[in-house]
Amino acid sequence: MADLLTTPLNALHRELGAKMVPFAGYDMPVQYPAGVMKEHLHCRAKAGLFDVSHMGQVILRAPGGYAQAASEMEALVPVDLLGLGEMRQRYGFFTNDQGGILDDLMLANRGDHMFVVINAACKAGDIAHMRAHLPGCEVEEITDRALLALQGPAAEAVLDALVPGAAEMRFMDVAILPSEFGELWISRSGYTGEDGYEISVSDAQAEALARALLAHDDVEPIGLGARDSLRLEAGLCLYGHDIDETTTPVEASLIWGIQKVRRAGGAREGGFPGAERILDEMANGAARARVGLRPEGRAPMREGTQLFENAEGGAAVGQVTSGAYGPTIEAPMSMGYLPRPLATEGTVIYGEVRGKRMPVKVAKLPFTPANFKR
Amino acid sequence: MKFTEEHEWLRVDEDLVVVGITEHASEQLGDVVFVEMPEIGTLVSKDDEVVVIESVKAASDILAPIDGEIVEVNEALADTPGKVNDDPLGDGWFFKIKPSDLGQMDEYMDETAYQDYIA
Repeated sequence: MADLLTTPLNALHRELGAKMVPFAGYDMPVQYPAGVMKEHLHCRAKAGLFDVSHMGQVILRAPGGYAQAASEMEALVPVDLLGLGEMRQRYGFFTNDQGGILDDLMLANRGDHMFVVINAACKAGDIAHMRAHLPGCEVEEITDRALLALQGPAAEAVLDALVPGAAEMRFMDVAILPSEFGELWISRSGYTGEDGYEISVSDAQAEALARALLAHDDVEPIGLGARDSLRLEAGLCLYGHDIDETTTPVEASLIWGIQKVRRAGGAREGGFPGAERILDEMANGAARARVGLRPEGRAPMREGTQLFENAEGGAAVGQVTSGAYGPTIEAPMSMGYLPRPLATEGTVIYGEVRGKRMPVKVAKLPFTPANFKR
Repeated sequence: MKFTEEHEWLRVDEDLVVVGITEHASEQLGDVVFVEMPEIGTLVSKDDEVVVIESVKAASDILAPIDGEIVEVNEALADTPGKVNDDPLGDGWFFKIKPSDLGQMDEYMDETAYQDYIA
């Protein structure tokens, strides 16, 4: 795989003994010698360091400043961006004309411009989409900065010792802070359900920052394997699996990401691709819903597992979109889509594993409580 | 002890053969979270899928290395599948088989050959 891209931490991953795999076109660490289970538990107990440099970082500038960028971007996402406070961040999603999701992303108001973080696999498409539909914005892909995530209950103390000011941030705050590793673009957010930060650092300083973080006793490197089990326990969607162009935000149980002002009756109601369908589903309900699933046995029900209403007979009514073992809950866990009448907590349905239908209960998401510092 | 190319080990224990997976295999699989055992009394032929292992990464099958009858399974793995990682050659064994033909073991590698095989 000579054409795989690498992040500035590639040599460090190898030095740390990571098992590397291709992911979204990048050579990425799937696990370190500790293994997925220990990495997962360590992140929930102390702090984990993730290399997420494969994700896209984009700056949007417009002559009219943040307000213009926000106003134009509101035509692509059902998010209240004009109402987003300075140095605050919001979760959102690009929708298509059918109301499906093109990608999910983070959007930040950085005073005179907007900063967005997009998924690695969607990077090229998202950037083309923004360039095509944000006529007054200059869309600058940041290609000389790495992105690290420091997640877990010890993250605050660890980062604040290196970067004073980090502790003062609240959940979903963003900050631009000077440090011995140059200017850091920090957000207090992540993809694990834990408190923590995502830190954009220049490529040249990325390894030094990673080493400084790893030097702390509480910090261990975490690979993509544990990243996946952590985000699944936290009930967070993985683009291309739990959400995609065929799932609407309403089906995906993401209406919390659509603020009141963009909903029916709001001051800036609709005005994003697929608004008609999405607002209709918000009013009248979608045919299906993304739910949490707890298999009653120990066998994980993985992505693609077909779901049935009854133990015997009938056609599949839905399928699992993510499934794994949850190290913190010490049980298997899945997410998937079910027809709305079945998508209520406590309903027992059946997942077909190796030809046998096994009971699985519709469960509340997240599987583990979020530990955000609000 | 004998070793298969599928990274199973076989140990003769009186008139039975104990089967498990090697340390190399358990490292490759990652943390084991679920083991589905065959029923005691099942008659198996070589290469039948007899055990399913789910790790944090994926599901994989363990094949019967020889013909025979499953006479005992490691019930402890139902609640503590992690024994497969912690002690693959000991407490992490899977099942005991009453062989139809012990001669089937001859085709498998000894430890030296297996170490060369995974090197």
